[in-house]
Amino acid sequence: MTSVLEVKNLSRRFGNLQAVDGLSFDVKPGEIFGLLGPNGAGKTTTFHLLTGLLAPDAGEFFLNGKKADPTDGRSRVSVGVAFQKPSVDGKLTGRENLEMGAALYALPQTLAKEKIKIALERSGLAARAGEAVEKYSGGMRRRLELERVLLSDPKLLILDEPTQGLDQSAFRSFWDVILALRKERGMTVLLTTHDPREAEFCDRIAVLDKGRLLVCDTPEKLRAKVGGEVIVVEAERAGELSGEIASRFSVSPVVSGDQISFEKEKAHELVPRIVESFPVGRIRSVQVHRPTLADVFLKITGRGLEQETTEAAA
Amino acid sequence: MNGTQAISSPAETGISMEEESTFRYELATVWVLLVRDLRRFFRQRSRIAGALIQPLLFWLILGSGFSGTFRMEGSEGLGYLEYFYPGILLQVVLFTSIFTTMSVIEDRNEGFLQAVLVSPSSRLALVLGKSLGGTSIALFQLVLFLLVAPWAGFPLGDISWPVLLTVLFLTGLCLTGIGFFMAWKIGTIAGYHAIMSVLLLPLWVLSGAMFPVPDDPAWLATIMRFNPMTYCVEVIRWCLYGLGALPPAGGTGIPLLTAFLLIALFAVFAQGVAWLACRKGE
Repeated sequence: MTSVLEVKNLSRRFGNLQAVDGLSFDVKPGEIFGLLGPNGAGKTTTFHLLTGLLAPDAGEFFLNGKKADPTDGRSRVSVGVAFQKPSVDGKLTGRENLEMGAALYALPQTLAKEKIKIALERSGLAARAGEAVEKYSGGMRRRLELERVLLSDPKLLILDEPTQGLDQSAFRSFWDVILALRKERGMTVLLTTHDPREAEFCDRIAVLDKGRLLVCDTPEKLRAKVGGEVIVVEAERAGELSGEIASRFSVSPVVSGDQISFEKEKAHELVPRIVESFPVGRIRSVQVHRPTLADVFLKITGRGLEQETTEAAA
Repeated sequence: MNGTQAISSPAETGISMEEESTFRYELATVWVLLVRDLRRFFRQRSRIAGALIQPLLFWLILGSGFSGTFRMEGSEGLGYLEYFYPGILLQVVLFTSIFTTMSVIEDRNEGFLQAVLVSPSSRLALVLGKSLGGTSIALFQLVLFLLVAPWAGFPLGDISWPVLLTVLFLTGLCLTGIGFFMAWKIGTIAGYHAIMSVLLLPLWVLSGAMFPVPDDPAWLATIMRFNPMTYCVEVIRWCLYGLGALPPAGGTGIPLLTAFLLIALFAVFAQGVAWLACRKGE
């Protein structure tokens, strides 16, 4: 089966910073594929390369088996792109924004009208379709952006940090839509994210750090790399405490900010022993959880997903 | 001619069909951008009011202020309000171009232009659509401002309207092209303001808008002769008197057709430069 997107050795440098470094992966039809990494990992640069906003220094990518050429608009017809900062015009109404979106893909008038009607109903924006978008909430703008992108029936949807800054209910409803689309239309989705919850919705995840792809696998298999359970100890002087925990319980903890975390089989049995081993006040809290994709990232890179890579690209 | 060859291979027909369809995207994109700029303009009342009142104030205040001292050799009866009027027409195009293309800076990173950039259309459609939007807004303001032309000494019946509107349209393409190029290259609003006031404002002052091309100093006359805007003002002035009249005094004395071609050429150049700037990914 031909991949919807095949990326080969894609690279891009900004001055001294190698923002994307020899990236290769492929996305299969109907797959939800996530690029997971902290800010500065090269996700946004990758997004810009794949949407033709940036030219790569090296490498290439194929859309439905055809080599993508940024100067040839035809390769962009079947790709829908939603931006982190929605590309909507605040001065115009929701309906007008959708009309412009339909026009950019040269949809015939009657078809566009029909689709816009459906889009407004599905997104729950129908009642406010005549209002200027600058009065919309962040979640509503994202919904409008998504509906606008969907008007052209893209085969591949590329989303940049689609739910960043959304509250829990907006996050849920956004993913309900994406999952429904995949089911109904067999749509393929590529997204960038630094949110481990979001990554859980992906069929496969490519873990990015410093412009490189570290591993690419299903969330389940990635989680298996961590094994056991994860203990997170929060403390003021995390570095110091980490050494003591390491020697006393023969584990290999990773420090990230004021958090010390490590994995172990049946880790929950350790919790009382950790608490009892140190005087009151040295430890702020101790938690146990099943490994998340954030733990996977920490295990692979030694750094947390929330931490920004120091030499982050703008 | 030879119909058998025209049918040729199916692959070739496929390509020509696809080429046809990309042209639809280009047209649609130009239209979307043009309509969008007009809608935005007409929805902001303060912008409309400002756009109409500003040139009028500029003309009356500066024009009255200088009218006591202004003397032009060979045309003693010419008042400054009359002399300055064509310059204000250029100023309207200039300010509108700066204002509309400035929006490219933010729009491109967190606005609607992002959607245009990833759409099937080319960057040329982007430049043309944005330029036509700005130029149309300018033309709307100009037509309203031209209603006061009789008070400046230009009876509406004498004006050569088709040529005047064409040259104003071309001037719009010149200045929006430059504005787009600068906005794309500079990328920050503060930097854009700085460059535009250093570059475009002098271009206006030295266009014959405020004073005629002098005999002395020669260097000033040379700069003005190299300034494409000088020819815009000259043709605008000529059209206001009517093309049947003698060429207006204080200009370069260039033939009308040559001036017109120079303006058209510069419009193509400005649009081309803007297109080249945004054509490739950075």
